[in-house]
Amino acid sequence: MKYVDEFRDGALAKKLGAAINKAAATDRTYNLMEFCGGHTHAIFRYGIQDLMPKNVKFVHGPGCPVCVLPIGRIDNAIALAEDHDAILCTYGDMMRVPASGRKSLLKAKAAGADVRMVYSTQDALKLAREHPDRDVIFFAIGFETTTPPTAVAIKQAKVEGLKNFTVFCNHVLTPAAIQHILQSPEVRDIGSVSIDGFLGPSHVSSVIGSQPYEFFAEEFQKPVVIAGFEPLDVMQSALMLIRQLNEGRHEVENEYTRVVTREGNLKAQALVAEVLELRREFEWRGLGMVPYSALKIKDAFSEFDAEVRFSVPKIVAYDVKGCECPSILRGVKKPTDCKLFGTICTPENPMGSCMVSSEGACAAYWSYGRFRQPEKKVRKAA
Amino acid sequence: MSNIRRFPMRLDIKKGQVDMAHGSGGRAMAQLIEEIFIKHFDNELLRQGNDQAMFATAKGRMVVSTDGHVISPLFFPGGNIGSLAVHGTVNDVAMSGAKPLYLSAGFIIEEGFPLADLNRIVESMAAAAKKAGVAIVTGDTKVVEKGKGDGVFITTTGIGVMPADVHISGDRAQSGDVILVSGTMGDHGVAIMSSRENLEFETEIQSDSAALAGLVAEMVDAVPDIHCLRDPTRGGLATTLNEIAQQSSIGMQLMEGDIPVHPDVLAACELLGLDALYVANEGKLICICAAQDADRLLAVMRQHELGKNAAMIGTVVEDEHGFVQMETSFGGCRIVDWLAGEQLPRIC
Repeated sequence: MKYVDEFRDGALAKKLGAAINKAAATDRTYNLMEFCGGHTHAIFRYGIQDLMPKNVKFVHGPGCPVCVLPIGRIDNAIALAEDHDAILCTYGDMMRVPASGRKSLLKAKAAGADVRMVYSTQDALKLAREHPDRDVIFFAIGFETTTPPTAVAIKQAKVEGLKNFTVFCNHVLTPAAIQHILQSPEVRDIGSVSIDGFLGPSHVSSVIGSQPYEFFAEEFQKPVVIAGFEPLDVMQSALMLIRQLNEGRHEVENEYTRVVTREGNLKAQALVAEVLELRREFEWRGLGMVPYSALKIKDAFSEFDAEVRFSVPKIVAYDVKGCECPSILRGVKKPTDCKLFGTICTPENPMGSCMVSSEGACAAYWSYGRFRQPEKKVRKAA
Repeated sequence: MSNIRRFPMRLDIKKGQVDMAHGSGGRAMAQLIEEIFIKHFDNELLRQGNDQAMFATAKGRMVVSTDGHVISPLFFPGGNIGSLAVHGTVNDVAMSGAKPLYLSAGFIIEEGFPLADLNRIVESMAAAAKKAGVAIVTGDTKVVEKGKGDGVFITTTGIGVMPADVHISGDRAQSGDVILVSGTMGDHGVAIMSSRENLEFETEIQSDSAALAGLVAEMVDAVPDIHCLRDPTRGGLATTLNEIAQQSSIGMQLMEGDIPVHPDVLAACELLGLDALYVANEGKLICICAAQDADRLLAVMRQHELGKNAAMIGTVVEDEHGFVQMETSFGGCRIVDWLAGEQLPRIC
C-alpha cells in the first residue's frame, strides 16, 4: 500500500538496525520508554526488539487510552447505561475492559443494557438524532487525539439543540502523565525504574505539537523524540535517542516531521479550549491522582455533560487481587512479572485493562511475543 | 407440477410480508413453500413433497456437516445470507475432500419479513446450489414473532461422498509440510463491515463468498495425499492455522510478505486498526501438503477461477507449544495468536 509500505521496508530496517548497533555503546544500557500503546503495538507486531542490540530496551509506558481509565469510571458508565435506560455508546476497545464485580460494558450489554459501539462521535450524534425519546450518552475516553472530535460533537449538539445527547467525559492529557511518571518515587528516589529517554507520542503530538514536552526534557534532563507509529519511525527515533544520550543532550527532537509541528494543530487546540477545561485532578489507573491531567466540559456546555445531568458518584474500585496493571503502566514491572499473566488473565478473559486493548502491554506480550517466554506453561483456549 | 392451482391468490411477492400463519403448518405455509422454496430449489426429491428426502447411498465413506447462518446485513456486496448459507456448508463438506451432493435448509423467519427479500434470498440460494452442483432436497420453515429474530436465519446441512484414498484431516500436518492459501485474505469480513450502515468506505470491496467444491475436486484429483484443508472463515487465517497447529501438535512458520491481501482490504484494515489475518473469508481455503506436492497443487489452484491468487505462505515446523509464528516483512518475528474475543477497532 502506497505511503504505508515505505515505512515498513524490511531492507531499510536492517540498515537502521546496523546503524543502531554501531551507535549504541556496549558499556551501558539504554532504557527507552515508549509512552504510547501505539508504539508498544508496533514494537511487538513487527518484532522490532529482534532488530535491536540487547542493551537497548523498551520500557512500556501508560499511553493506552483504555488501560489508564480507573475501574470506578467504567462502573459509572455501566451504571449510566443500566439506571437511566439510556443508549451508552463508546469506542470498541472500551467494551471489554473489566469493571468491578467481573462486569464490563460488553457483559452489561448481554444482560440487557443498551450499549453500542461507535466509530466516531458523529455516529453518537446520529444515534441521538434517531432516538429523540432516549438519552444518548457518549462515553468519551482517550488522549488528546480523540479530544477534538468530542469537542466538535458537543458544539454540534448545541447548534442542533439536541436535548437528549450528553458526554461522559474522561479525556486525559499526555504531558501531565509523563511528568508524573518522572516524579514517581520509583524513578526519582529509589531508582528501581530507569528511564533514559522517551519516544514521544505521535498522534497526540499532531494535536498538541512538540512544545509541551520541552519543559520536562529540560527539567528532568531526559531526551524526548516524537516518534511516528510505523516501525521505521520507532527505530529511527530510538537511534535519535541513543545519539542524544551518547552526546549528553536532552532535547525534544521530532522524528515525525511529516505530521507534527512545534505548535501542533492550532485549530483543534482552540476548539478543545472552547468546550473543555482542565480538571483539578483526575485518577489514572496505575498512576493514582494526577493533578491537572484531564479535561471536563465547561459550564457553558454543561447541558451536554453527563456528570451534570445524571448523578455520577465517585466510585473507589480496586484491581483484581494480584493484578499488576498499575505497576506495568508505570514501567515498574513487565507483564511477565505478573502472576496472573497468561494463567487466569488472557485476552479471552482479561483481569486487568492492559490485557484488553491491542495497545496494552500485556495483550501485546501475550499476542505477539509468547514464544519468548517458553519456560512459562502456556494454556490455550479451545 | 399439476396445472390446477392449489392457491387461488398468488403470494404477493412484491409487497407481501411473512406472517405467523406462514409457519403454522397450514395452507399458508404450504403456499409459501410451493411458491418460493419449491419454485426456486426445484428438484425431483423435493417435488415428492415428503418430510424427508430419500436417496441411494454411495459405496464408501460419506461426509456430513451443518452450519447456522446469521449475518447482518442480510444483503452485502458479493452475496447475501442465502448464497452464504449454501457456500458455507458446501465448503465445510468439501474441506474433507468430499464431493458435496445434497443440502437441507432450515429457515427461521421473523414475522413481518418482506416476501420480496425472502424470494431474493431463496433465488440466490438456488443459483449458488446449482453452481456448486448440489441439490437442496429437504427443508423446514419456522416463523417467530416480530422482535424475536433478526430477519431470517438459515441453517443448512450438507452431505457428500468421499473419493477413495483421500484422508484429509486437521491432525495430519507434519513438520516439513508447506502451507498454501487459495487467494487474498479478509475480503468477506471487510465487505461485511463496510456495508454495515455506520461504516462507509469509498471503495466497494466484494465478499469472496463462493463454493470451493470444484476447486477442491481438482486439487484432490491432482494430489490425493493432501494432508489438511480448511476454509478460514470466522477468526480468519490466523485462527484457522492455530486450530490446525493444535490438532496436529506442530508449529508453523509464516512469511508475512507472501500472504496475499487485496490492497483495498489492507487499506480498510489499516484505517480501522484491524489485522487482515483475523478477518473472515467465505471463498478461500488453506491447504497443507508435503513439500514435493506444493508446485503441482499451486499450478492446479492457479488455473481455477477461485484460486488465481494462490500462494505458498509458510511451512510446518516442530514445536511442542503449537505456536504459529511469522517472519514479518519488516524482518522481525512474532507470534500469530488465536483471535481473542472479537476484533475491535483501536482508539488511538
